[in-house]
Amino acid sequence: MIELKNLKKHFGSKEVIKGISTQFQEGKTNMIIGGSGSGKTVTMKCLVGLMKPSSGEVLYNGKNLNRLKYKFQVKLRKELGMLFQYSALFSSMTIEENVAFPLRMFSDMTSKEIKDRVDFCLDRVNLEKVNKLYPDEMSGGMKKRVGIARAIVLNPKYLFCDEPNSGLDPITSSVIDKLIKEITEEFNTTTIINTHDMNSVLEYGDHIIFMYQGLIQWEGSVEDLKHSDDEKLNEFIYASDFIKKGLSEGGHQYHGDGKTPDKVPLINLIASKVGGASKGDVPAGSASADASPKL
Amino acid sequence: MKIFYYVGEYIKLLGKVFTRPERTRIFIERIMAEGNAIGVDSLGIVAIISVFIGAVTTINTAYQLVSGFVPNEIIGSVVSDSTILEFSPTICSLVLAGKIGSNIATELGSMRVAEEIDAMEVMGVNAASYLILPKIIAALITIPMLILISMCLSILGGFVIGQVAGLLSAQEFVTGARNSFRTYTLIFAMIKTYVFAFVISSMASYQGYNAGNSSIEVGKASTRAVVYSSVLILLSDYILAQLLL
Repeated sequence: MIELKNLKKHFGSKEVIKGISTQFQEGKTNMIIGGSGSGKTVTMKCLVGLMKPSSGEVLYNGKNLNRLKYKFQVKLRKELGMLFQYSALFSSMTIEENVAFPLRMFSDMTSKEIKDRVDFCLDRVNLEKVNKLYPDEMSGGMKKRVGIARAIVLNPKYLFCDEPNSGLDPITSSVIDKLIKEITEEFNTTTIINTHDMNSVLEYGDHIIFMYQGLIQWEGSVEDLKHSDDEKLNEFIYASDFIKKGLSEGGHQYHGDGKTPDKVPLINLIASKVGGASKGDVPAGSASADASPKL
Repeated sequence: MKIFYYVGEYIKLLGKVFTRPERTRIFIERIMAEGNAIGVDSLGIVAIISVFIGAVTTINTAYQLVSGFVPNEIIGSVVSDSTILEFSPTICSLVLAGKIGSNIATELGSMRVAEEIDAMEVMGVNAASYLILPKIIAALITIPMLILISMCLSILGGFVIGQVAGLLSAQEFVTGARNSFRTYTLIFAMIKTYVFAFVISSMASYQGYNAGNSSIEVGKASTRAVVYSSVLILLSDYILAQLLL
């Protein structure tokens, strides 16, 4: 289990993370959401050990990542897989070499076993005949899939994804989201995703953490999110274009004042994505459940 | 006072670099690849520079020194001595600081910007050691070889131009070169070369590895790598000459 205890991080006099504590659910898709500059990426970098927190603890099964001896840190890191925002594939290596890299560094597998494992992982992310290509020869979506293949090649316990939808079209985004969700369930990984994308959150999130100005403003399940009356959270959700559009189609306007104009359309919209709410949730006199946009 | 911070950071990075490689086979493969990039790919430029250094030194020496009172052998002597002692190690190292230094800094800086170094760190790979140690080892192996080749080509260039321009006979050049040759001169030159090779590879790696997270920072890191390596080469050249000659 991964846990954060009063995590703080500052750069010079600027405090970016102001003391956050939470537990990530094991074997589930945990999503950290929030606006730009809210501290999501810094939190993730602290989680994977790329940044040392100014104070506080990052605990993996009760062990503080930053207090572990180097060799134990290395051992722990072998249990982490990470998909970077821009994939971070090694540009001097072929796709096959990229995916095989962790195996060559840390396993005692033979060349044949490594080749088989690489083929399995590439096949698992639906990529074929790309082994000899270089990252520059691939599209953004394909690179993300290679990034996922590389992240899962050592069967990690924990999978971290930093903005997996960044720079992708909606269809490819959906494919990547689905793939991450499937892998989380198939390999029982604890997945932590940084994202802005409310589609991903509503469709694939199990545990949602909303960050605002370096603090955890709200956390809960998608069901909780549907009924939340947290102003900052709603401000963030309503900023999403499809929901805003849905609201105006339903006869409601969001004025950007941070206040929930009417929670009923939001429930309907979410229901259209996750099937959690029904028309029966709509109070009399408010917008019809049919106001949900066709997505 | 900031200089102490950078020196500290540089030493800290070297501390991370000089650790036992995770996989010996991969480490050797990396040394071979870096040796190719640092050594073999630099052979052309080193050869061109060396031949011209020798040729120009011959002509300059003949123009300045040779008269009825100074024998022609002095040309061979000056060319070989100055080539071994100074021109080949120092000038070639300065050129290599430009070629190899900018290459290393740009490569590592680009990897930093593209989060490739972060990706290695997350996997548990000691990125500093994996990326930088093979470069330093390869530089320590190949740059002295390049300098030895440079010495030979430079003296050969001087020898050939001496004949072509009719400045001295082959016999006079060889006699002059052989009479002035001292083994210690060559040892001193090789000591310098090893120091320069370490300076070039480690300084460029430090600048590239610690480049910022934008493409403009990569360019700046590359420039700093060349400038700082060149200054350190000249500084260490002076210190070593003062200490060892």
